[in-house]
Amino acid sequence: MLAALLIVFREVFEAGLIVGIVMAVTAGVPGRGLWIFGGVAAGVLGACVVAMFTGGLSELFGGSGQEIFNASILGFAVLMLTWHNVWMARHGREMAAELRAAGEAVVEGSKSLAALGAVVAVAVLREGSEVVLFLYGVAAAQGGASLAMVGGGFIGLILGALVCLATYLGLVTIPARYLFGVTSALIALLAAGMAAQAIAFLEQANILTALDETVWDTSWLLSDSSYLGRALHTLIGYVDQPTAMQLIVYAATLAVMVVLMKLFASPAAHPPHVAAAE
Amino acid sequence: MKFGRSIGLFALASLAAAAVCIPRTASADDAVPLSLTLKDHKFDPAELHAPAGKPIDIRVKNLGDIVFEFESSALHFEKIVPPGSEAVVHVRPQQPGRYSFFDDFHHETQGFLVVP
Repeated sequence: MLAALLIVFREVFEAGLIVGIVMAVTAGVPGRGLWIFGGVAAGVLGACVVAMFTGGLSELFGGSGQEIFNASILGFAVLMLTWHNVWMARHGREMAAELRAAGEAVVEGSKSLAALGAVVAVAVLREGSEVVLFLYGVAAAQGGASLAMVGGGFIGLILGALVCLATYLGLVTIPARYLFGVTSALIALLAAGMAAQAIAFLEQANILTALDETVWDTSWLLSDSSYLGRALHTLIGYVDQPTAMQLIVYAATLAVMVVLMKLFASPAAHPPHVAAAE
Repeated sequence: MKFGRSIGLFALASLAAAAVCIPRTASADDAVPLSLTLKDHKFDPAELHAPAGKPIDIRVKNLGDIVFEFESSALHFEKIVPPGSEAVVHVRPQQPGRYSFFDDFHHETQGFLVVP
């Protein structure tokens, strides 16, 4: 029971951090509940499908199917997060200031919601497929689902959901004028971490071998298998032994995000002297 | 905006450098093949040996009846291996040392790669 509880909690907690951030980012946007719920539902469904086909998936691409699949969906999530942040840099203030017709803002806003819904789906799919595989494996090994396993899994799910709720409630206590900046930074770090993780999968598949030496080892300080390590891994992409390429891609993702946000920033958001310098 | 642009240029340059570097520096043919099995939450052998400075391919076969996740932070891999199936992970050339790998679903299930 404890094994099921711990594994389910660990995975739900990782996905829950991301869902909590997305909930805080979209606080107050009409229709967000539907998109987030849709993302979770699509993720759960996707997790079951991926878990069912893990064997076949692994054999694709000369045995590197899992790695390529993971790198692809992570890359997709990075694009969605970048797009969201750029979109918010352009329209966030306009929406807040009600400079746009409310109707148009909601329609535009729902595009950004779709991007975040997709990110939620990817997060739930990745963590969920491990839960499904693990629980299915335990059930198969003991010849059926036991009450202990179902109970443990259920408690793990509830505890993981509480982490999601705590993340959300913690973030929304931030005063409104800072919330936009904080959530933009969180989304940028989330994207950079996911990009670095995608690189790890490409390195593992031998698709990327350049600059793959380990740059530092902080596992003595914080192992990335510990709970705090896992939380930081999900939130900011912490790895205790990163490769050079992971660090480069992490920095490049952040830099590209910042540049795009500045390039596409709503003109009204610029102080006048910046406009004069252009 | 100038500051932003210079960051952008740096980012583009990094990406370009990354793209140029992508061609493999080590071919998979040179890799040292190692293999092990997992059964009853135990790796067999529990200790693998490989020479330093050569890429390594570790083939793991799951002989147990439960899925496991073959993972190592030091050696940079994580891969799900369903029961009855096998998987290969590619490891870059290593310096001498003792590197651990484990089952991410059962951390007690641990093994080592020893590079003399």
